[in-house]
Amino acid sequence: MGIELRNVTQQVGAETHIYETDLSLEKGGFNVLLGTTQSGKTTLMRLMAGLERPTSGEVWYDGENVTGVPVQKRSVAMVYQAFVNYPNFSVFENIASPLRVARRPRAEIRERVQKISALLKIDSMLDRYPDELSGGQQQRTALARALVKSAELVLLDEPLANLDYKLREEMRDELPKLFEDTGATVVYATSEPLEALMLGGFTATLHEGRIIQYGPTAEIYRNPTSLLSARVFSDPPINTAAVSKRGGRFILTDRVSWPVPDACAYLDDGSYTMGIRPHHLTLDGAVDDAVKIDGTVLVAEISGSESVIRVDVHGNNWVSESHGVHPFEVGDSADLFMKVERCLYFSSGGELLAR
Amino acid sequence: MAKITLDNIRHSYSADPRDEQDFALKKIDAVWDDGGAYALLGPSGCGKTTLLNIISGLLTPSEGSVLFDDIDVTNTPTGERHIAQVFQFPVVYDTMTVYDNLAFPLRNRGVPEDRIRARVHEIAEMLDLAGMLRRRAAKLTADGKQKISLGRGLVRADVNVIMFDEPLTVIDPHLKWLLRSKLKELHRQVGTTMIYVTHDQTEALTFADRVVVMVDGTVVQVGTPVELFEKPKHTFVGHFIGSPGMNVLPCELSGGRASFAGAVLRTASDATNPGPGVLEIGVRPEYVRFDNDGFPVQVLKVDDLGRYRIVELRREGHSIKMIAGEDERIPSENPRISFDPAHTRIYADGWVVN
Repeated sequence: MGIELRNVTQQVGAETHIYETDLSLEKGGFNVLLGTTQSGKTTLMRLMAGLERPTSGEVWYDGENVTGVPVQKRSVAMVYQAFVNYPNFSVFENIASPLRVARRPRAEIRERVQKISALLKIDSMLDRYPDELSGGQQQRTALARALVKSAELVLLDEPLANLDYKLREEMRDELPKLFEDTGATVVYATSEPLEALMLGGFTATLHEGRIIQYGPTAEIYRNPTSLLSARVFSDPPINTAAVSKRGGRFILTDRVSWPVPDACAYLDDGSYTMGIRPHHLTLDGAVDDAVKIDGTVLVAEISGSESVIRVDVHGNNWVSESHGVHPFEVGDSADLFMKVERCLYFSSGGELLAR
Repeated sequence: MAKITLDNIRHSYSADPRDEQDFALKKIDAVWDDGGAYALLGPSGCGKTTLLNIISGLLTPSEGSVLFDDIDVTNTPTGERHIAQVFQFPVVYDTMTVYDNLAFPLRNRGVPEDRIRARVHEIAEMLDLAGMLRRRAAKLTADGKQKISLGRGLVRADVNVIMFDEPLTVIDPHLKWLLRSKLKELHRQVGTTMIYVTHDQTEALTFADRVVVMVDGTVVQVGTPVELFEKPKHTFVGHFIGSPGMNVLPCELSGGRASFAGAVLRTASDATNPGPGVLEIGVRPEYVRFDNDGFPVQVLKVDDLGRYRIVELRREGHSIKMIAGEDERIPSENPRISFDPAHTRIYADGWVVN
């Protein structure tokens, strides 16, 4: 077993930062903590690292209770959003610093710094100083320093947030590969659902100091157990609306309704909350049993290869996401197609009923 | 309102530039239409801020001239160019009310109070600030303050151009779309020439009718969002716009036919006479598909992004990315792919071959 939190809580003064939490992360796995700011991601990491001691509960590592063991005595590396480098050290010395502290022999230091810097593509810059590097190179230097120790537990707290998007895209692709062979258990905090999906591995969705759901990333995305988990793991936001089930149909408005799927046949007639992800409400989905919905465009946001169209649908603020570039003017009308077989249905309490 | 002409602009920060590398702007020649919505898009260091400063008059270019409506303003100070600017961080007078903030540029110019009142109310209405005119600016959220910055530009009747420099940086990600919507609506209402500088493709493509893509002090393409996606003129545009970016692969040519790693390709370019230079094939991941009549590849990795999957393929040491639909089957044995000929182009030294 890798790292385990057993009944952990964290209380600071009158404020609860972490409510009773159990989480067990497999050794060598890539784990994402996904939630907005203040959801508890950083606190969970600090508890795992031993930078904070839990108010109650225990932290276990590799079958051993390490609650209260300080960070210096653990094999932990942490990288923050703001890249921290020593400005008056060269890139080489920045990366070598943890090995110097550990009093490793000179030849070994040189070899390990070479290897990790080549992996991160900064081996041609070892003689430079941090202020001569681009933001991406500085963050790679900070990453290299964290990796060179070969720590068993690597904690990355929104490490790409300060980089421009093209570099972020490359790093998201590279990072999981980088850790694949090291055997390190990685915990990666992010507030961006797309980043979690790109990183893969396992994801825990967090909200206000609680873990809502944990499991393989794509599975958590596709099968949220609650509206809250679906909301945390959806960007653009998941569309929701009240629907009523009556006479074998789900009714959104007078004009928009569809047959109740088999999985929902057991539900009593009445009112429910439906959710549909933006990419299941598209401009080009005029197929089979897709339901047509007309909306008024609030803005079409174009991200390069995708168009995110904010629409007013019968008073609901909804979002449609289509592949390709589809410009619209504010106020245009748009025909959208909803793949109803992808709808999620929730109880009034937000629990998933069926899909 | 004004048409902006950039006539053979070059700029170097060095007093004695020796070669091309010493120029932050290599050669910019452009005419931007009166009333257009333009974006300058490029990575940091591409020269977009230098160009913005030349248009606003904070910098005098080493060579070339800037014209507003055919009048040379190259040496006209910023204050006389009638430009409004909105920066990353809102510039507001915290102790003043929203009303006084909006009225400030007009009072400075000695406009009578009754006309100021009418104009401020009109602008406040457009920006959804009408209900908070009596409030102190300090009490507003970041997006409210940024609207005041924008309003101070709009309130003047004599503005030639409104320039935005990464104006949504401090706005909460969940609220950005509201301001994006507002900006587009405003541009349509007031019709002032607007220039928006950003390194973020979503900002640029959402705001602008025409996007000016820059890299290394050079404009590599000016086009609509659709053109930049469908017909990148330069491999940099293909790479920078779109996630993942365009595949750029080595290209061989023989007997007027292009091929990649031994696979003959049909392309939208004229392969009989591509001109000199290093040849490459450019094809976006969207236009790669599994095809039994195509050429063989290995599947290296499949990233499930929920709404679609990114499949990383390999052929003779070259990586190719493709987009596969959420429910599309990925062949487990002997996968073969092809490129959509209408969206596959040859590039020579980075520039598209027509």
